[in-house]
Amino acid sequence: MPHYERGMALKTEPMVEQLELMGCIQCGKCTGGCPVARKTVLNIRSLIYDMLVEPELDVNAHPELWDCTCCFTCVERCPKDVRPADLIIGLRGQLVEGGRIPETIGAALMGVFRQGNPTGLAREDRAAWLDGVDEKQRTAVKAAQDGCEVLLFVGCSPAYDLRVQVVPRALVRAFTVAGLDFGTLGTEESCCGNEVRRMGEMGLFEMLVEENGELIRGAGARRVVTTSPHCFNTLKNEYGLDVGGTGAATSDIGHASASKIEVLHYTQLIAELIEQGRLAFSNEVRKTVTYHDPCFLGKQNHVFDEPRAILKAIPGLKLVEMDRSRERSLCCEGGGGRMWAEGTNLEERLAFQRVQEAADTGAEVLAVACPFCLLTLEDAVKVQGLDERLRVMDIMELVDLALNDDGEV
Amino acid sequence: MELQPRIGVYICHCGVNISATVDVEQVAAYAATLPGVVVARDYLYMCSDPGQALIQQDIEALGLNRVVVASCSPRMHEPTFQGAAQQVGLNPYLVEMANIREQCSWVHTDRERATEKAKLLVASVVAKAAWLEPLEEREVGVTPGALVIGGGVAGMIAALDVADAGFPVYLVEKGDHLGGRVAELNRTFPTLESVPELLGPLVERVQTHPNVSVLLNSRVAEVEGYVGNFEVTVVESQSPKPKAQGPNPKSQSPGQGDGGRRVEVGAIIVATGYDVFDPHRKPELGYGQYPNVITSLEMEQRLAEGDLSGQMGDKPIKSVAFIQCVGSRDVQVGNPYCSRVCCMYTAKQASLVRDLLPDAQVTVFYMDVRTFGKGAEEFYDEARAKGVLYRRGTVSEIIRRGDRVMLAGEDTLQGRPFEFEADLVVLAVGMEARVDADELSMLLKLPRSSDGFFLELHPKLRPVDTAVDGVTLAGCCQGPKDISDTVAQAKAAASSALIPLIRGTVPAESATAVVDADWCAGCGMCVEVCPYGAPALDPLWGVSRINPVLCKGCGSCAVTCPSKAIRLMHFTPAQIMAQVDALMGVE
Amino acid sequence: MQTSGVKRQTSNVKGQTNGDRASGGPVTRDQGSPKPAALVIGGGIAGIQAALDIADAGYPVYLVEREPSIGGRMAQLDKTFPTLDCSSCILTPKMVDVGRHPNIELMTYSEVVSVAALDGAPPEESASPTRGFRVRVRKKPRYVDLDRCTGCGLCAAACRMKGRVVSRFDEGIANRSAIYVPFPQAVPLKYTVDPSACLYLTRGRCGKTFLCKEACPADAIDFEQQEELVDLDVETIIVATGFDLLDPRLKPEFGYDVYPEVMTGVEFERLSSASGPTMGKITVSGREPKDVVFIKCVGSRDPHTGVPYCSRVCCMYTAKHAHLVRDKLPDARITIFYMDVRAFGKGYEEFYDRVKHERVIYRRGEPSEVYRLRKNGDDTGRVVVLAEDTLLGRPIEVEADLVVLATAVVPRTDVAEVAGLLGLERSPDGFFQEAHAKLSPVDTNLDRIFMAGCCQGPKDIPDTVAQAKAAASSALGVLSRCERKLTFDV
Repeated sequence: MPHYERGMALKTEPMVEQLELMGCIQCGKCTGGCPVARKTVLNIRSLIYDMLVEPELDVNAHPELWDCTCCFTCVERCPKDVRPADLIIGLRGQLVEGGRIPETIGAALMGVFRQGNPTGLAREDRAAWLDGVDEKQRTAVKAAQDGCEVLLFVGCSPAYDLRVQVVPRALVRAFTVAGLDFGTLGTEESCCGNEVRRMGEMGLFEMLVEENGELIRGAGARRVVTTSPHCFNTLKNEYGLDVGGTGAATSDIGHASASKIEVLHYTQLIAELIEQGRLAFSNEVRKTVTYHDPCFLGKQNHVFDEPRAILKAIPGLKLVEMDRSRERSLCCEGGGGRMWAEGTNLEERLAFQRVQEAADTGAEVLAVACPFCLLTLEDAVKVQGLDERLRVMDIMELVDLALNDDGEV
Repeated sequence: MELQPRIGVYICHCGVNISATVDVEQVAAYAATLPGVVVARDYLYMCSDPGQALIQQDIEALGLNRVVVASCSPRMHEPTFQGAAQQVGLNPYLVEMANIREQCSWVHTDRERATEKAKLLVASVVAKAAWLEPLEEREVGVTPGALVIGGGVAGMIAALDVADAGFPVYLVEKGDHLGGRVAELNRTFPTLESVPELLGPLVERVQTHPNVSVLLNSRVAEVEGYVGNFEVTVVESQSPKPKAQGPNPKSQSPGQGDGGRRVEVGAIIVATGYDVFDPHRKPELGYGQYPNVITSLEMEQRLAEGDLSGQMGDKPIKSVAFIQCVGSRDVQVGNPYCSRVCCMYTAKQASLVRDLLPDAQVTVFYMDVRTFGKGAEEFYDEARAKGVLYRRGTVSEIIRRGDRVMLAGEDTLQGRPFEFEADLVVLAVGMEARVDADELSMLLKLPRSSDGFFLELHPKLRPVDTAVDGVTLAGCCQGPKDISDTVAQAKAAASSALIPLIRGTVPAESATAVVDADWCAGCGMCVEVCPYGAPALDPLWGVSRINPVLCKGCGSCAVTCPSKAIRLMHFTPAQIMAQVDALMGVE
Repeated sequence: MQTSGVKRQTSNVKGQTNGDRASGGPVTRDQGSPKPAALVIGGGIAGIQAALDIADAGYPVYLVEREPSIGGRMAQLDKTFPTLDCSSCILTPKMVDVGRHPNIELMTYSEVVSVAALDGAPPEESASPTRGFRVRVRKKPRYVDLDRCTGCGLCAAACRMKGRVVSRFDEGIANRSAIYVPFPQAVPLKYTVDPSACLYLTRGRCGKTFLCKEACPADAIDFEQQEELVDLDVETIIVATGFDLLDPRLKPEFGYDVYPEVMTGVEFERLSSASGPTMGKITVSGREPKDVVFIKCVGSRDPHTGVPYCSRVCCMYTAKHAHLVRDKLPDARITIFYMDVRAFGKGYEEFYDRVKHERVIYRRGEPSEVYRLRKNGDDTGRVVVLAEDTLLGRPIEVEADLVVLATAVVPRTDVAEVAGLLGLERSPDGFFQEAHAKLSPVDTNLDRIFMAGCCQGPKDIPDTVAQAKAAASSALGVLSRCERKLTFDV
């Protein structure tokens, strides 16, 4: 298509001012810590400098913009409080507006728009994962719209992906055992929008925030718990749920919708339940396990200890740490829209390196707490031929094993 | 009022600072019409010699008994105009200022309205001027002696200067030895002198000086009094394991008993130094996880021992990397400021490592190289000439690679990321305000700057004085600096301390609070509320009396008194109400 | 208040006295014995601060300043970093204090001619028991009677050379008369005749009459005035003679003196100053610049110019200049070329951050040359700065209509003379050598002679003030010991 060749000149000054890029001293810490910089031409420092010194930037000349996983290492480490990843998201926004996006990303966005999930599967089927839960426990799952204390925000991958569905099912089982009063939004739940925003589609994101936000507040739950760290990240930091509903200064007693809502990742809630004694593990799980910190849970939101607390509470389980753990965990390349875009370098996948690191610890299980990590790392294990040595499992799968014999694993 | 006020009003142009926005001639013409005003003039620079001469001439020729100067903030020139008046025999407290610069011409752009505002301001001050009363100028005697808190280089130098001038000095040190942080170093930059050789004679001079009393293992528990007359309580500190003392120690232990020892001095110098940034706060650099990653202070020790291996055993050291700006210039850890000395000490350590391990690769990863001092740039040149490689680009994280570590960063001049392997990594950790600075802050009522260090009175012209009269700062407790700048500052603090000590007196506040005994009900609220202990209830008469020497004129008592028995001189109700009335247009 | 005088003799007195005190009158003595005195050479902020500290402690101080007014370089500045205080506003109170201080004898337009130990030997060889100094000061003739001059300025307005004498204070940007005060807040605010510019003094006649004398209502002008030599006995000396700036013509590739668009940092200060020749308006060749480029390290860190050291203050004053331009020209494009950004002091890094947020672009790379921009063979009135942007990794050309050079801080041209006068040693960088690099930054190689400020090496105002007070502390030690007749091994 002839139009595709044309450049897309963006006047740099407005975005420099809007994103306050002027504080940058070009120290290089962002590119230096960027996981994909080593395998692509993506150089965020250099992009910032171009924005600062050139009057225009040809956004279309940078296909590597789609390589960013939005792990936000650059944001976390910048000594001058510049947010380099925000530039990438901003430039992506320009490309989205200009209609110059990879096809697969366009399809994912369209799926969210139409059916509330990036794979574009029918909205009606969003609650189908519950079919795998036995009836007694299934009835414990309320319709959150009718009111509940804890709202489980399921998420798209956990709802639709056959591999990931085990996780919310295990959560249901655990919550029932713990006697939690919880519910889900069922088929009314839409994609949280975390990846949508990071792919640059601000308009769609704002729509999702409005719809989901209304539903969540209307449910009256004091706490929202998510399966995925991506949902956790956006619901916690970008939805404004922790500042009360419509901004009303006072709330009538009983109007929980005007009060602050606490957003948790499931590892935080499960760890709390264990600590409170509401969840106790009867079975031993004799495995050596190493844990991979997901970027959206660890690096960005500093939740490092709770997942480890859960693993340590499982009897018989031996926890070993990889060298690259916690703040230095190696991104699996699942975030930032990467689940729907291959990126510019297919040969070297960080996930390959990661599973090798896991295998080198001598662990039998690589535990994860994120659906994207689960999928990318499991795929990497297969491609690298490590299936005999290493198995990728979500923490909840291990919890499930420890809780009852008839878990799906 | 006995005398009819004869007020002279002087409107300053301040070059164009005021006159560009305010029509000063109009204001002067207006001022001439105000009640009590005998003469009103405008002039280019009232603070200049001829400007002041104008005032002086008018006082003499026209018999002025009140002066109003409408110009800049009184913080700039109030003493100047008071002094000018005093020179020709007018009590300085009969001079008042109207701020038509910082509060008018500098903050407004509409000329017409700014001029009207200036007129109002002048009118209000003229109204006050009619009610001004002459106040007594007092002087207080000064206890000839100084207290220095902190026995590092700053404290020692300050103590020596005061002692050399012939005054007794108490040097209070929390630890069990003198020398502070410098004592932990191996060599200094840029001359690469040995620290023990440098410090030894200094410590000895302090310990043997007839005028210096060194109080080791001591800390200041309480400070009472005011400039010239401080009463300080020194108690035992909880100190770490004792180290060998220098030759001929003349240290004394603090007094027996719980009360500690009371020391009376005329001036206090704070030289409490700094803390070192804890690199555990940057977990991505692997400090505490890998034995290969150490701090610069640990490197100093190893250089002193001549053995860099530390916990790494016999493994050969083929590559040594230095990382600058760890904990400095970094808002992520709350330290946006520069620690000033790290570029130089890193160049020093890198040079010494090159000497020690001629076959090793020595690399410094930096953002800017700040080698600004005397001989510093030349030293940096020499380091590079020796083969120390400087790479622009700071390290983002450190990962293990076998026995070695791998530094991930970007070389910003090559424009691409690197994975750099090293055997030994040295973190150039920065300086921070001491954790116990809060305590001292409360004791001495010393404010802090936003970077946590103690705040000096003016960042340009008063680098060692503080908001508390009689208390000066020396060394790194005021902000990061190297040894030569610390020594200069310590001597500067000594100079500030010596002024009242040598003079033997200090001026006391004249605008103090006064109790009208007829109205005083003896409730004692003023005594409770005063931060300086100035009011006391007379045991015989049951009324409050305020010690004019202790009173600092803060006004808390005047505001608190339920009987309205207390007036704060120079800010009396009559004066303030006159100002308010003038501003509201009430006759 | 009482002052205590020191024994002094005057030789070769002719005509009126040239005392700088605002009011005359005999000097009274304290308890019959004179208080030991100090001499401060140099009346910039370093000398001012040192003199004030010593005088506040009660000792008499002679402050000798070569120019007609004290204030030094700081008086030339517009605003100071990082607080953006107006320099004159914070300096003049101190200048006024000096002028009025009963313990300070201010000798402006004067020079030290010789220094000898009290036994006549040169300072370093003295065996005299009191080890003080006899200093001879030449008070240059101003041709104006200081007791009569009121600073009214009518003489300058009438002068035949009005507007034709280049003003050094204004760095050549403005002109003055042959009779002048260097700046409006001068202390003392008294006029001086410039002997190199006055027609009468250079050519023997000034038209038919002296216009200045005619205009002066106080009859203060006296062309018969002679220089006066005064001997002072002091116990201690502080040298605070300051610095000079590198002649930018030593870096001809930047086109200074060739292109009117290229100026030095201190020229920019005068341009920006509200009391300067343009009342603070920044214009070049009559136009407001749209593209401003600042070049740092002009001559510094450069063995070719003989200045291998860093001048320490330029990174910060350049950031300040950029801020001032942004303040006055909100739409200008401002670029700073740098090698490193040395923002090391208190509040300095934060100021650098602030300036960057004001859309000042920092480009890494030391420019190689500046040349005239021509379009179609026509002179555009703009220049081009050629540099390599080392972060982009390629050469760039930036157009500018104003280029400001941060020239190196160098020792004064008379530093050898001053050194010779006292016997001071100099460091390899040419400034005065301190006794010990770490522990004695203000001590010289000579006993009882100290130094302060930029004569020891480039530094900013807070470090200068600290050093001045440090030197004062050393001086106070000497004076106090003399007064109390104490002896230590110091």
